[in-house]
Amino acid sequence: MDSLSLARLQFAVTTVYHFFFVPLTLGLSVFVAITQTVYWRTGNETYWKMARFWGKLFAVNFAMGVVTGIVQEFQFGMNWSEYARFMGDIFGAPLAVEALLAFFLESIFLGVWIFGADKLPLWAHTGAIWLVAIGSNVSALWILVANSFMQQPVGYAIEGGRAVMTDFFALLANPNVWVQFPHVFSSGMTTAAFFVLGISAWHLLRKTENYQEVFRTSFRWSVVYGLIGVVAVMFIGHSQMQHMVRTQPMKVAAAEGLFQSEDPAGLSLFTIGSLDERKEIFSIRIPYLLSILSYNRLDGEVKGFLDLQQEYEQTYGAGVSYIPPIAINYWSFRAMVGAGMLMLALAGYAFYLIRAGKLEGAGRFLRWAPLAILLPYIANTAGWILTEVGRQPWIVFGLQRVEEAVSPNVTTGMLLFSLVGFTLIYGALMAIDVFLLRYFAVKPDHVFFKADEADPALEAVEMTF
Amino acid sequence: MIELNALWFLLIAVLFIGFFILEGFDYGVGMLLPFLGKTDRERRQIINTIGPVWDGNEVWMITAGGAMFAAFPHWYATLFSGFYLALVLMLLALILRGVAFEFRSKQPGKRWRQWWDRAIFFGSFLPALLWGVALANIVRGVPIDENMIYTGDLLTLLNPLGLLAGVVAVAAFVVHGAIFLALKTDGAVRERAEAMTKKAGPVLTVLIALLVIVGYFETDVLTTQGVVPPITAIGSGAALLATGWLVNDKRFGWGFFTMCLHIALTVITVFRGLFPRVMVSSLNPDWSLTIYNASSSEYTLQVMTVVALILVPIVLVYQGWTYWVFRKRISTGSKLEY
Repeated sequence: MDSLSLARLQFAVTTVYHFFFVPLTLGLSVFVAITQTVYWRTGNETYWKMARFWGKLFAVNFAMGVVTGIVQEFQFGMNWSEYARFMGDIFGAPLAVEALLAFFLESIFLGVWIFGADKLPLWAHTGAIWLVAIGSNVSALWILVANSFMQQPVGYAIEGGRAVMTDFFALLANPNVWVQFPHVFSSGMTTAAFFVLGISAWHLLRKTENYQEVFRTSFRWSVVYGLIGVVAVMFIGHSQMQHMVRTQPMKVAAAEGLFQSEDPAGLSLFTIGSLDERKEIFSIRIPYLLSILSYNRLDGEVKGFLDLQQEYEQTYGAGVSYIPPIAINYWSFRAMVGAGMLMLALAGYAFYLIRAGKLEGAGRFLRWAPLAILLPYIANTAGWILTEVGRQPWIVFGLQRVEEAVSPNVTTGMLLFSLVGFTLIYGALMAIDVFLLRYFAVKPDHVFFKADEADPALEAVEMTF
Repeated sequence: MIELNALWFLLIAVLFIGFFILEGFDYGVGMLLPFLGKTDRERRQIINTIGPVWDGNEVWMITAGGAMFAAFPHWYATLFSGFYLALVLMLLALILRGVAFEFRSKQPGKRWRQWWDRAIFFGSFLPALLWGVALANIVRGVPIDENMIYTGDLLTLLNPLGLLAGVVAVAAFVVHGAIFLALKTDGAVRERAEAMTKKAGPVLTVLIALLVIVGYFETDVLTTQGVVPPITAIGSGAALLATGWLVNDKRFGWGFFTMCLHIALTVITVFRGLFPRVMVSSLNPDWSLTIYNASSSEYTLQVMTVVALILVPIVLVYQGWTYWVFRKRISTGSKLEY
């Protein structure tokens, strides 16, 4: 593999991995903050137990998000130095704002929250977890301000061979931010909801002693939290798609496997095509539906990628394929939407079970619910793959291509070394992280009693290095 | 009118000072962990002294990186792509170190804890060493061509000055961490930490003297201070000697203060010597990166100046407040989270 492919692979591996932990942090921080606030107002011990139990799992997950986030910041300079030179004037600013405004806030107040329970009055301790929740989500906002520029550049000029910022507020007001951020925020809610729902169902089924009230309440709350999240994620996803039809039609065409422009356009359920012969071989489509989804009306042209290629050759120059990898986009889009639909159905059904008072008897649902924890992870990952792969070959849409952005002096050997290093360490840590989460999740006693006490035999012996 | 390029150079220096002072003692605590903590309970006592604060301390480094990216993109690009393998090693170390704090005491097993203790030690030692190496090479000069591209490799960085500076950073953070532990712990660990300051302090003093001599011949830092004699360098030496005297007198609070001063004045000396360059080219002085040819546009610097001047003081206030909340000494009998 050449250094470009290795750098891309490394970005894919480290970014997808980082985003395994981020959505849960975004959604669970708010969930824990809400439970602790209710405890503060009511004094009911159940809510305190909820805050501590979910807070413990939150802390384990948070650590993974923090350490993998450092790699993200360094990577732009290490592997993509030409990007950093071309875009630094614009891209560096939101990253620096993120660190100053949000990352300090979440890191410092998480320390306060974990260690400060008996050092602060309850209101201040509750305030600390709210600041963590605000910090995490504001952090996501600024990262998405940076990412949105890559999708839809605004507020800039090209001067002396690089992009320079001309309007900071245009960056913040970028319409792409305001469809992308709500989408990420509500997918964070959904992720946390299914995480809580799955683990609570596990305990409800097993009637875990002493914690029935904790998990019954957690289950009920997670269903409501999840319903709000998943409905929001879909509505916002819908407007995001409509926004994309206007600003990144190539991504839409790739996600839909749409070879030729159509008006009205049908929504593909299953398409096989040949890129070599540049034509569709077989396709099942629901007529009109893509036009309806794109414009909220029966007609309206949705452009195909072959037509867009010709259009882009006129604008950006011939001799380059402007078509992103179609199959990856097509299937990641379907994976995301499919997982979303399934989550909507599951959350809806769980809501019905609660309303009808049938939860206790719903053994089959409770048995399978823990597996549903995977659904938001599938949707989150597929969604980002669509967003980033769909932008190819651009690193910044219309301004710089990925192949122009890679560091010229970083060799394949160096890239291979770092790729193998990160992959091995990330793999090992994933196993350890899941093991630890499971250790606390299945046995709440580990959270409340002696979870952190060493083997008594350990105290007697000297620790060796 | 204030020149924004110079202001941002100053701000990044401030971020590095904050980073080396704060993360400095928690790297030191991490490196001292296996030596000062003989039993599991003592190890936990040591880790818990920095438990609530290490993550916030690390954000100083992340902010310094972000600020370099925003204000001097070419500096960020050249440094990060150039010092590639050193940074990969640093990242791997920091990843392990971060999760180690969080995960170590969440399982009772002895082997589990020993592995994480090793991760904390190496995860603190390696970044301390590598930051020393990196900073020395930035001022000593590295092969940077006319297109601002680093043309050396990892071995280029491992020259005598770089290695010496790495060892100095390790020693300085060990002393800093030992003083911090002497202030924050009780019992056997406190006694060992106090004894450690007396052992490590003289070693650091000798190393610093050596660094000044080698640095005088290898770099132009001491001759480009703009003032004769170089007052910050002298002040840094004086602060170190004062630390030794205060520590011997068991006045660790003041000793910690003068040690912070020593670190700050050292970083100021290095940055003052560097100014207005940000990375020296060893191939041709004209190819050095400076606060002018490496910087962002005037507009971006203006925006970032407003942002930084509002946010940095706020961060300082609430971070300072957390140190006040967790001001009490920690003993083996304390309630330990980590």
